[in-house]
Amino acid sequence: MTRAVVLGIGNMLMTDEGIGVHVVKALVQRYDFSAEVEVIDGGTTGMELLPELEGAGHLIVVDAILIGQPPASVVRLEGDQVPAFFKTKLSPHQVGLSDVLAALAFKSAAPGYVVLIGVQPVTLALGMELSPPVKARLDEVVDLVVAELAASGHPARLRA
Amino acid sequence: MTTRITIDPVTRIEGHLRIDVEVENGHIAKSWASGQMWRGIEKIVLDRDPRDAWAIVQRICGVCTTVHAIASVRAVEEALELEVPLNAQYIRNMVLTAHTLHDHIVHFYQLSALDWVDVISATKANPAKAARFAESISGWEGNSAAVMADTQERLKTFVASGQLGIFTNGYWGHPAMKLSPEVNLMAVAHYLQALDAQRWANKIVGTLGSKTPHIQNLAVGGVSNPISTDSQSVLTLERLLEIKECIDKVGAFLHNCYFVDVAAIAASYPEWLSLGAGVNDFLSSPDLPTDTRNMQFMMPGGFVPGGDFASFRKISRFGDPYFTDGVAESIRHSWYTYKSSDGELKPWRGETTPAYTDFQDDGKYSWVKSPTFYGRPAQVGPIASVLAGVASGHQTTRLYVERLSDKIHALSGPKISPAALNSTVGRHAARVIRACVVYEDLQANWNLLMENIGKGDVATFNKPTFPKGEIAGVGQVEAPRGLLSHWVVIKDGRIANYQAVVPSTWLAAPKNDKGQPASYEVALLGTPVADPERPLEALRTIHSFDPCLACAVHLTDAEHRTVVEVRAL
Repeated sequence: MTRAVVLGIGNMLMTDEGIGVHVVKALVQRYDFSAEVEVIDGGTTGMELLPELEGAGHLIVVDAILIGQPPASVVRLEGDQVPAFFKTKLSPHQVGLSDVLAALAFKSAAPGYVVLIGVQPVTLALGMELSPPVKARLDEVVDLVVAELAASGHPARLRA
Repeated sequence: MTTRITIDPVTRIEGHLRIDVEVENGHIAKSWASGQMWRGIEKIVLDRDPRDAWAIVQRICGVCTTVHAIASVRAVEEALELEVPLNAQYIRNMVLTAHTLHDHIVHFYQLSALDWVDVISATKANPAKAARFAESISGWEGNSAAVMADTQERLKTFVASGQLGIFTNGYWGHPAMKLSPEVNLMAVAHYLQALDAQRWANKIVGTLGSKTPHIQNLAVGGVSNPISTDSQSVLTLERLLEIKECIDKVGAFLHNCYFVDVAAIAASYPEWLSLGAGVNDFLSSPDLPTDTRNMQFMMPGGFVPGGDFASFRKISRFGDPYFTDGVAESIRHSWYTYKSSDGELKPWRGETTPAYTDFQDDGKYSWVKSPTFYGRPAQVGPIASVLAGVASGHQTTRLYVERLSDKIHALSGPKISPAALNSTVGRHAARVIRACVVYEDLQANWNLLMENIGKGDVATFNKPTFPKGEIAGVGQVEAPRGLLSHWVVIKDGRIANYQAVVPSTWLAAPKNDKGQPASYEVALLGTPVADPERPLEALRTIHSFDPCLACAVHLTDAEHRTVVEVRAL
């Protein structure tokens, strides 16, 4: 069985910027995962993530993205769309994460398949809570990640 | 003719720094450093429990999570005059030194080597010749002809696939690039090997801190690592031995690869040992405490005014009034306003009220405040720590300054004096010297922890109690990028004020209220710029400081896509 990694990135101090981290926290609270699944709160880091992403079969990234959609929109990008997305620098974290992915490609150890689930932020103001419209979509994003894992052969179990 | 160049963003990682320079007759005549994001993170911890602040403030920055966390618990402990158990000190010291090694390796190879190394040129190298050269300067196991040939194949494939991602800010074929194709190939091979070395360093942080990138093991009063020689769930002998293995692997790379490569860059670019001098007053904090009351340290720190060792004044403990009385921040050229005037404020009385204007050359132009030490800017960073070490007679520091100088000389470069460290390449030299020093300290702390546990001491935590009324504390850390201080005021057990004065603030500040520039602006003056469209030389100098404005100021900005903008004045 190949490894699957769920990586939530964002800054929890800047409201909707932290959506990726909020989703990861909710996932860990609500579900149990098999040993091949790693769920990581990546914060706003870069190179520290390299060992976790190295050789992963399936990488699911959750992030706040500025993609010109109405506020609180949820979008899904996959495969080749993801590197293209990072090249156009729409995500706040693209520099750090794209560096890691490029370094892994150079080492021939890039994740086999990359999916990005993004949420267009309503606000990036200072604060540790999500804006109400983005918070209202949190469960939906969590479900999307769980469906993504199930589709890749890594079903998560809802905690009793 | 004068040309104005704007570089934005500057860093390959967190792009929140903008540099403007005016070039006259091929040299930089004026410079501005500007943080482009609002800094208001401190407000988020107001009125919270001081015991929770560290977990929040480590989110200030994506690169230096660990040091903000440590600075925060130290600030609260200093306010409470709380002793920290020896085991907790040793564990924190190991986390800090391993984190520093991680930072320095990543900085040199992943974030700044491409300023000196032409990756495309490496595709034209003769791998056997590259290996002969590499083996002649170091016995490193990653220098064989097979490794060089494999690296070149990977590189060719990578270039052909059009995925130059990590290298896109590089300036291939720039006239300021001087290494042969073979030396470039050696550097690319080491770039890949550095990715492995950094993970060993990070594993030490992760094992002790329970997790990376955000460590979980801190507490005001110590650490939350229970120590046991038999249980599996805690810090066991087995885990400590795993850590020792990681320490040894990092050490092999540090001494045989990183140290030698810095010497090779210095020998190949000697002119950069006399370009790029920053502010000539140096400030560092002592760190790596070895007693419970933060009075004795492995790493000395203090103030070296004018680079004069005879004038060195030591900072003797955490919270030393000589340090706390000296630090203030001014905002004359920063996008803030103070209630009373635009003069200086001590961090404990610091204010963070935004007052944005446009970018005004002679007015306000940055979100970074201007910190001063007794009214003057100071240069912080590995260089300040190394110079404090030399000034105070710290043997390990002196030893590695000498060894590096000898190695550069052996590679046909000049002998370097400690004064030459205040230069663009000199800051890289200081960083690797410091890496070697903290590596010894990492080993020493591992031994101390083992010995102390062996004596039967397993204490890791002293419970804090908060008094009624107001208390204040400072948390000092000699972080990878230099002196970091968190300043906390606690009233009736809740946070009443919080300010972080971070290394990049000291370095990237705009001019202070007396018009004195900080190190980025000073270092750029006089720098040659061969091609205004490709200002590689300016980037070399700025990158040598290991810029990280994510914490000096932080927010996200998707709009800044232009890297260099040039206009004639």
